[in-house]
Amino acid sequence: MNCTKCPTSTRAVIGLPRHNAAFCKACFTTFVHEQVARAIKAFKMFTPEDRILVAVSGGKDSLALWHILLALGYRADALYVNLGIGAYSEESHRKVRHYADTVAASHGAKLLVHVVEQEAGAGIRELATILHRPTCSTCGTIKRYQFNRAAVEQEYDVMATGHNLDDEAARLLGNVLHWQNDYLDKQSPTLPASVEGFAKKVKPLCRLSEREIAAYAVVNRIDYIVEECPMAKGSKMILYKEVLNRLETESPGTKQRFYWGFLDKQTTPAPATESMAEKDQRTLAPCDTCGQPTTAGTCSYCKMMAKAKTAAQPRA
Amino acid sequence: MLVQLSHPHRQVEIKGPKRTKELLRELNLVMEAHLVIRGDELVTEDEILADADQIEIRPVISGGT
Ligand code: SF4
Ligand SMILES: [Zn+2]
Ligand SMILES: [Zn+2]
Repeated sequence: MNCTKCPTSTRAVIGLPRHNAAFCKACFTTFVHEQVARAIKAFKMFTPEDRILVAVSGGKDSLALWHILLALGYRADALYVNLGIGAYSEESHRKVRHYADTVAASHGAKLLVHVVEQEAGAGIRELATILHRPTCSTCGTIKRYQFNRAAVEQEYDVMATGHNLDDEAARLLGNVLHWQNDYLDKQSPTLPASVEGFAKKVKPLCRLSEREIAAYAVVNRIDYIVEECPMAKGSKMILYKEVLNRLETESPGTKQRFYWGFLDKQTTPAPATESMAEKDQRTLAPCDTCGQPTTAGTCSYCKMMAKAKTAAQPRA
Repeated sequence: MLVQLSHPHRQVEIKGPKRTKELLRELNLVMEAHLVIRGDELVTEDEILADADQIEIRPVISGGT
């Protein structure tokens, strides 16, 4: 497979069925940067003057996001929250530190760190046990709080997270399956700082699939933690993603149409609606052959029967 | 070829030559959820992998919120 963009035949490193394309390393990196730039512009996320705080976990999405924002010339620092989940937290912390020292520092960007154990006296698994709450919901509350607090206290203009197309499509599927209407409102890639003390939040990777982001990290030699947080095992999100990926394999572009279609509906005001009865009254009239309602002069049943009769005539 | 897999971390020996696409199918893995890396370079689904290649199949799905 060769790059579909290069004039000379360069070997492609990734095929993108949903875009009918395949890219070499250089063209793929350009493609990813363009997708992020488009999201930033379309959802009015931030400007080159804004100070951005990226929420990093050591995983592919957040480190790739930090990398892309720095490559595009934005002023982006990062915050890492050490959750105190044994080897997983140690390893992810090491990866983030390594990236900050070897890459981000040369762009003048810095890493902030919050260690849950230092403030709460225990890691999140212990906290969850004490509080009789699921670990992931305890974790979510702590992360949301710490990221928002750092963003507001240190006067960042906006907080960016690494949520990708798969995350958003899976979340949308979950919200639709359970008709969580109030959550649907919060699925926009840009959430404004609605009240004092709430940071503006953006998701610049919302146009890119999880696979594309992982590929970007490999191509650009970003050393991220491949191992998952041990608490993620068997989560509903993973199930939804698997289902969506099966659909995607059968018909490329499904995830994108599902999520972007939802965003389109959200941003474009609903047209003045005509009821189904009104529409029927405007468009239907009796069939000139049988009298049943139809949008055409002769209804499709009568047309079909007429055709069948002609075809059935014995040929002379 | 030696194929390294994650979740859980393990290695399997698969007979080459074989296309990336067929390798994934044989292991019952979906392309959309994985990357195939030879040495330290990404390969596309139509690439032919040789017996001597070192392959990593890396999952890309994460379950975080
Ligand atoms: S899987 Fe759960 S515990 Fe682990 S980082 Fe995600 S939300 Fe936190
Ligand atoms: Zn190219
Ligand atoms: Zn009729």
